[in-house]
Amino acid sequence: MTAGVLQLDNLSVRLRLPGGRFVSAVTGLSCTVRAGEVLALVGESGCGKSVLASTILGLLPGNAQVRGQVWLDDAAARTELLRAPEHELATRVRGRRIGLIPQSAGTHLTPVRTARSQLAEALAHHGSEGGGAEIASRVDELAQQVGLDPDDLYGYPHELSGGMTQRVVTALALAGNPLVLVADEPTAGLDRALVDHTVDLFRFVAGTGRAVLFITHDLAAAGRVADHLAVMYAGRLLELGPAREVLADPWHDYTRGLLAALPSGGLQPLPGHPPSLTELASGCAFHRRVPGECSGDPTLTWHGGRAVACR
Amino acid sequence: MSLTAVDVTVGYRREKPVLDGARVTVAPGEVVGLVGPSGCGKSTLARVLALLLAPWSGRVELDGECATRVRHRAPRRLRTAVGVTFQSPRRSVDPRFTVADTVAEPLRSGGAPERDVEARVVELITRVDLARDLLSRRAHEISDGQLQRACLARALAWQPRYLVCDEMTSMLDASTAAALVRVVNDEVAERGMGVLAVSHDRELLDVWADRLVDMVP
Repeated sequence: MTAGVLQLDNLSVRLRLPGGRFVSAVTGLSCTVRAGEVLALVGESGCGKSVLASTILGLLPGNAQVRGQVWLDDAAARTELLRAPEHELATRVRGRRIGLIPQSAGTHLTPVRTARSQLAEALAHHGSEGGGAEIASRVDELAQQVGLDPDDLYGYPHELSGGMTQRVVTALALAGNPLVLVADEPTAGLDRALVDHTVDLFRFVAGTGRAVLFITHDLAAAGRVADHLAVMYAGRLLELGPAREVLADPWHDYTRGLLAALPSGGLQPLPGHPPSLTELASGCAFHRRVPGECSGDPTLTWHGGRAVACR
Repeated sequence: MSLTAVDVTVGYRREKPVLDGARVTVAPGEVVGLVGPSGCGKSTLARVLALLLAPWSGRVELDGECATRVRHRAPRRLRTAVGVTFQSPRRSVDPRFTVADTVAEPLRSGGAPERDVEARVVELITRVDLARDLLSRRAHEISDGQLQRACLARALAWQPRYLVCDEMTSMLDASTAAALVRVVNDEVAERGMGVLAVSHDRELLDVWADRLVDMVP
């Protein structure tokens, strides 16, 4: 097992609302993303997944309060991201050490410029040396890295298929050669073939030695690609472990509930609704929604290579 | 008795039909799954059957009656007999409306007496398991899942005999998707509503639909 390149340690994030109330988006969350691996973070809408992505990238709004640590440990340095100054994040971390693959690739690209010119701009911005010819050859290289024919890059975004657009956006995230990729709901609203295509691309990117954090509500997509699976509910991790083991034998009631809601599990919805993150009481939010055996302590405890809450 | 498209040819640009002689039929109490890859015309056929798009040729028959007009020109008795839900709830509601207004919209435009509207709206949102305190919120103040529940409540407002679900669940997480499918199935079981479920997700339709219709581009 390789060392973690992105390590979240007891991370809590809350957002202050007018009137002194707080949204507890992330609570006491710890996990590790390793080089060459995909960690999928799954959970229902509104469980705090996207706030986690913003936290890692240093893009939280001004009303956020953060505790804990986020360590980025790659060839460049070992950096604690929460205390790094914005200038360092902007000039040395975002795009260069951590790449972002956004939701809805199609709208992420500028519609009035070719894919090639957008990739060339990203490379130039990240400080690629040399003139136009050299950058052009770097663009071709980047395109090949994600399985694109360099000639396709002469198209405008609307001329590219969904799969090609997804590749262009991935190439953009790789332009600064980051070791870590954070993908925030990259497959939302895509059809199944394109979802499969996109997550297979993550598998490929991880195969080049990168660490991928894949944030999604799509458990089927996560199961297809993830090495490790983290299941999040109301801001906390309830289960964490090797994806194959977690899916084959889920330990937490919530993971079981999510699997049962899939078509392959019989389309059984979980009773009730996810709680509002503004009014979280202490203790286990999930077992307040769905009664079950619970120690009342939603902290992860480790048993071998897997961790589960509420035991 | 059925909702049927007979030899429907239609498109969006002259001489470039998206559908050419398409046929599909939905019987009461039946869930028909319409599958096919992106761009094969599934949504276009759904729009034709939901009386939102007039075919160039061919026709839509609703329980034996031929629907000759679409959208607001369709007579009320036909318009209220078919409900429809779309993939993106956010793009299918008026952002200025509250959840209560959204669900009440077809009731009001269909001429339901105002004194009945409020009670009916509460009944509908209970049906889709939305909390009552969301009624005064606007679309941007609730989640996609909650908004899609409101859109399903809106589609069921007149207890339609047929429901067209165009990718109703593809933006939702698994649990919300399963919950909405259950609401639709309850209507099928209780009052024999017929459903055309359009999706690219064959795995979902294999479980949900009684039979599948495959569309090829």
